[in-house]
Amino acid sequence: MSELTPDLVRHLAGLARILVTDEEVNRLTEQLSLIVDSVATVNAAVAGDVPATSHPIPMANVFREDVVEPSLTQAEALSGAPESAEGRFKVAAILDEE
Amino acid sequence: MSELIRKNASELVDLLSSGEVSSVEVTQAHIDRTAAVDSAVHSYLHVSPESALATAAEIDRKRAAGEKLHPLAGLPIAVKDNLTTTDAPTTAGSKILEGWIPQYDATVVRKIREAGMPILGKTNLDEFAMGSSTEFSAYGPSKNPWDLTRIPGGSGGGSSSAVASFQAPIAFGSDTGGSIRFPAAVTGTVGIKPTYGAVSRYGLIALASSLDQVGPVSRNVLDAALLQDLIGGHDPHDSTSLPESLGSMVEAAKRQDVKGLRVGVIKELNGEGFQAGVKARFNESLRLLEAAGAEIVEVSCPSFEYAIAAYYLILPAEASSNLAKFDSVRFGLRKAPDGNPTIERVMAATREAGFGPEVKRRIILGTYALSSGYYDAYYGSAQKVRTLIQRDFAAAFAKADVLASPTAPTTAFKLGEKLEDPLAMYLNDIATIPANLAGIPGISIPNGLADEDGLPVGIQLLAPAREDSRLYQVGAALETMHEEQWGKRMIDFAPELEVR
Amino acid sequence: MAKDELMNYEKALEQFEVVIGLEVHVELNTKTKMFCGCRNEFGDEPNTNVCPICIALPGSLPAVNRRAVESSISIGLALGCEIAPTGRFARKNYFYPDLAKNFQTSQYDEPIAYEGQLEVEVPSGKTFTVLIERAHMEEDAGKLTHVGGNTGRIQGAEYSLVDYNRAGVPLVEIVTKPVYGAGAEAPELAAAYVRSIREIVKALGVSDARMERGNVRCDANVSLRLHGAEKLGTRTETKNVNSLRSIERAVRYEIQRQAAILAKGGTITQETRHWHEDKGATSSGRPKSDADDYRYFPEPDLVPVQPSKELIESLRAALPEQPSVRRKRLQGEWGFSDLEFRDVVNADLLDQIVETVAAGAKPQSARKWWTGELARIANAEEKDAAELAITPAEVAELATLVESGKINDRLAREVLGYVLAGEGSPSSVVAARGLEVVSDDSALLAAIDEALAKQPDVLEKIREGKVQAAGAVIGAVMQAMKGSADAGRVRELILERAAQ
Repeated sequence: MSELTPDLVRHLAGLARILVTDEEVNRLTEQLSLIVDSVATVNAAVAGDVPATSHPIPMANVFREDVVEPSLTQAEALSGAPESAEGRFKVAAILDEE
Repeated sequence: MSELIRKNASELVDLLSSGEVSSVEVTQAHIDRTAAVDSAVHSYLHVSPESALATAAEIDRKRAAGEKLHPLAGLPIAVKDNLTTTDAPTTAGSKILEGWIPQYDATVVRKIREAGMPILGKTNLDEFAMGSSTEFSAYGPSKNPWDLTRIPGGSGGGSSSAVASFQAPIAFGSDTGGSIRFPAAVTGTVGIKPTYGAVSRYGLIALASSLDQVGPVSRNVLDAALLQDLIGGHDPHDSTSLPESLGSMVEAAKRQDVKGLRVGVIKELNGEGFQAGVKARFNESLRLLEAAGAEIVEVSCPSFEYAIAAYYLILPAEASSNLAKFDSVRFGLRKAPDGNPTIERVMAATREAGFGPEVKRRIILGTYALSSGYYDAYYGSAQKVRTLIQRDFAAAFAKADVLASPTAPTTAFKLGEKLEDPLAMYLNDIATIPANLAGIPGISIPNGLADEDGLPVGIQLLAPAREDSRLYQVGAALETMHEEQWGKRMIDFAPELEVR
Repeated sequence: MAKDELMNYEKALEQFEVVIGLEVHVELNTKTKMFCGCRNEFGDEPNTNVCPICIALPGSLPAVNRRAVESSISIGLALGCEIAPTGRFARKNYFYPDLAKNFQTSQYDEPIAYEGQLEVEVPSGKTFTVLIERAHMEEDAGKLTHVGGNTGRIQGAEYSLVDYNRAGVPLVEIVTKPVYGAGAEAPELAAAYVRSIREIVKALGVSDARMERGNVRCDANVSLRLHGAEKLGTRTETKNVNSLRSIERAVRYEIQRQAAILAKGGTITQETRHWHEDKGATSSGRPKSDADDYRYFPEPDLVPVQPSKELIESLRAALPEQPSVRRKRLQGEWGFSDLEFRDVVNADLLDQIVETVAAGAKPQSARKWWTGELARIANAEEKDAAELAITPAEVAELATLVESGKINDRLAREVLGYVLAGEGSPSSVVAARGLEVVSDDSALLAAIDEALAKQPDVLEKIREGKVQAAGAVIGAVMQAMKGSADAGRVRELILERAAQ
């Protein structure tokens, strides 16, 4: 059985910065529990000592030389921003620090 | 309707280069077709007739002036809307990106521009390519041209339906777990997922970085080869792109030789859960291949049992991180929250409003799979399953040169049929997902119609990593056998769409 | 901010053992950023050194700077670390508006370098071995400016502005293992350790190593436990302490603060704290909590770094001498006494003197300037001497002007004031303000004669052998010449007059 509880789902939504209502939390808990129970079978598959694969095609040492390439202009950089001021991206105040 | 639109891309290329038709004529014919049918099919999220015609006219002028042009110059193309384009909005099917005009072109888009291919428009997809039906597009689903009450497959249902309804001769797709191949199978078209890294991902709005791959969608194997030859190759902007060339796919598609070829039938992908008509057509194709001199062998891939589970951990995990950048600061939607508008609350409200339910489900699932205390059991185990699947493929490819399976367990299902059942939806990808987990190439080609519903069925061929050319060689051979048997292309069996 | 209660420092050390841990971030001085070709530049117009990667446009992908990797390996080697046969990038996921992707590309369980050590000498002359746990590569974040409310502070700000020029600048984070046994010298050890790191990265040429510009930043972990206790106490992490003197003060403050709490039977909250240089105190920041679940996973858009033996050995061969070796060499070359040399090191003036000597000054006069007048001014202004607006070359110039007799000590101090005020180099100040010592004997003689006329008995006294009587005339002459006379020459001329 999955360990998903409404509290855990609410916590995960917080980590993922998605606002959720209580109703959504309940629905997500139900849907995700089914999915989690189903995907949890991966555990059974890897009982032995199996290495993890994070890149499907093994490669290493791909580098870029330290050479300057053109940047965007300030106007281009800001062109998609919902709000900007003084050449910078404008965001609401941040309250959870200091 | 203009006969031009029914022609394969490779035929149009010949007509264009010989000067028999102009790019403006070809492009205009497709623009007209879209005006006539897309209100019913809904392949496109955005069309760019003016810029497409401008590119076409420019190519025609250059050709008239005797300039040396790329073989694909003047051939119009449709681009999946998760590839960035500087001259058209790019939404990835999501409200969170509505109206965004990217500041740069995806590498594959740059390449088609340099080759002089007019871009007809941006095609529909499930939001951020999360889905198998386009029903999760924030802008409404695309329809299957064979039956407008059915899904065109997903996530790339916009590209598959555009090509199947003659709104584009060729298109870009992206395939994370079958998003090119499944739509191809259910719309009677050709779709290829190249080897991971064979085509640059730079400018492809990432779903799952270690699974995503851009590839061609077409009505014919040779057409797809023409496009892969153009877009393939190393890109310094994509560190995971392969350094080496994989050779000419066009030459492979023209080779069409299967004599002495060992075709491995994957035992686990031809049994339970597969529709009768799907299995029947698959077995017939095996007999055709055998008759042409191929040897059919059975192979077993026992770890495929865990492929979907592993996939639905790796994909959401990577996606949860890839989609974190949608935070209302630099691009896209910004939603004011109720109450005190701190940045945290603005971000959370924006993501709540901008993401659809499937995207939220997967982001939260992925956050769970990566979170401390669960990582080893979920994400860690899934990455190990990936190793097991690679081992299964290695063993299978020791016995066979290519592997074969039905592309999908069923033909196109009805719109809305699986919308409320995510797990049932996930099962569609059972045959396509293993290739993404292992990074190997796969092709789906038309494989006849199922007896029970008369809808298209696809056959999937898989090859070892970097051996994409085998797929073109065998796929083109099988396609030729089919067309000889049927007397015409499979797409020519599709019912006429009502023209507005 | 409530005023913290502090325990007397000596008393705190009687009761508790101090354990510190240091995390130092070194900003590399590569031409371009860690993952893209934008300039790694300080102080440009906001958002002009940015590209799709820096502002995390959808579809963009990182590409690793080779030089940044080599610099990181060099740092690892200089710290005596093992270099990982396989180093991997990982994503550290958290939302913050200065972090465009909302994850930081860093390294997690496979850092490029690990298990090193550094010998660090504290002002008392004692040497400690600091064990290095790891050195890993990562990227810097953008810069937030808080607007409105109480001037530039996050609290009460109306909104914030983000500049991503610094986003993606390459950093190497060097993390120590817990450091035991420094006792009362823990604050000095912390500062001396950071000084050594700075010397190393500067000598390697991989960083500009200017703390005032944030090229080297330190987070200091402090915990206390009763003498003899086995279990480590709860630690606090004081963030971004950005000068050597602040490091020392912040560690001392935390020891006294924690001791006061523990002595009263209280508990220490595991949290980040902020150092306030003006108040000389730390304040509580964000508590460590579940929210610090960074969900690290291997960066799928980048491939592993596997440095070859050849590369490692070539970088090792190019390493500069160890700081302790270098110090011995310099002391010998300069001929400083142990005491003189230790003063220089403790005042953090080694590099200034090296550069001043290189620019032509005699070692002793370089030392006198830096540990004397310049240190006095810096102290009065509460900054490091290195931060003063004068270059070592200018100090050398000043010293040379004095040695050549062009100016005297008093004039030199005056010139120094003008140089610090930004009036130009010492020679140009001397020229512009006419501060040169008057060596024209006729001008001096005129002034002497004028003075003698007012004190007619002086010459007689000198002739009688009372040479000290010349002093009054010298004083009068110096006053008349506004100090710009060489007092020695004035004396000689007076004696000559008396002999006539």
